[in-house]
Amino acid sequence: MSVNPDLAGRVFPPASPYLVGREKIREFSRAVFATSPLNHDPEAARAAGYADVVAPPTFPVVIQEATLAQLLAEPDAGIDYSRVVHGEQRFESSRPIVAGDELTATLTVASVKSLGGNAMVTARSEIVDGAGAHVVTATSTLVVRGEDS
Amino acid sequence: MSTAPDISTLSVGDVVAQRTYPLSRDSLVRYAGASGDFNPIHYRDDVAADVGLPGVLAHGMLTMGLAVQPVVDWAGDPGRVVDYSVRFTRPVVVSPTDGAVVEVSAKVGQLDADAGMVRVDLTVTFDGATVLGKAQARVRLA
Repeated sequence: MSVNPDLAGRVFPPASPYLVGREKIREFSRAVFATSPLNHDPEAARAAGYADVVAPPTFPVVIQEATLAQLLAEPDAGIDYSRVVHGEQRFESSRPIVAGDELTATLTVASVKSLGGNAMVTARSEIVDGAGAHVVTATSTLVVRGEDS
Repeated sequence: MSTAPDISTLSVGDVVAQRTYPLSRDSLVRYAGASGDFNPIHYRDDVAADVGLPGVLAHGMLTMGLAVQPVVDWAGDPGRVVDYSVRFTRPVVVSPTDGAVVEVSAKVGQLDADAGMVRVDLTVTFDGATVLGKAQARVRLA
């Protein structure tokens, strides 16, 4: 089975809203060695002008994950998860995520390319807040290794 | 907000932060739990060997996540990192006994004083070789 080139341009239904918890931000911050007081201390975050603790720059991956699961589960996608390698990742933010945000991610397949027997699938997840305003776009390029490699 | 570095004092090529991160298997388990990425190649030697890997690997997203932290500390606020991108070029193999050491160096790659924006380029190495390609963080300083 190989990756379906017709996936390009496909837009998935929005994932279930994700409520960002303060302890989740602290837990994630510890895991990525983030020691800024703004990641851990609500008082420090408020003093800096935020409503609550601020998430590290790569935290959106937690919210993006549900949309990548949709892509991998798509019946006609032809993506064999055991052959997937993470090739590239990008986060483009309009504002940082803070505890209390309720975020919804919607995945679009930006492109499907073949390269030397492998397929490169670029998936873009637009993450918006409860008011529908853009927060961050998380883009992953997945390399799906061909059967022979 | 805390005080940001003064963009007028920066030059392209300036090294703004450097740090060394010792990783252990505990670090990988902690990241798995925090991120929800429970792919067993990040904690099971037998599974890693079965799929032809040289050993248990750090999550690429763990390496990406920690590599930007020296930039966050330099900028004074995680919210100042507005765009961050990497390519995963080489795995970080984490020994069950000795772990792995990841080194991060951050230097100014591009300056736009009018927009108050700095592109910080990251060099991230493990075992003498770079593990992230084109690792760039755009930071708003003003």
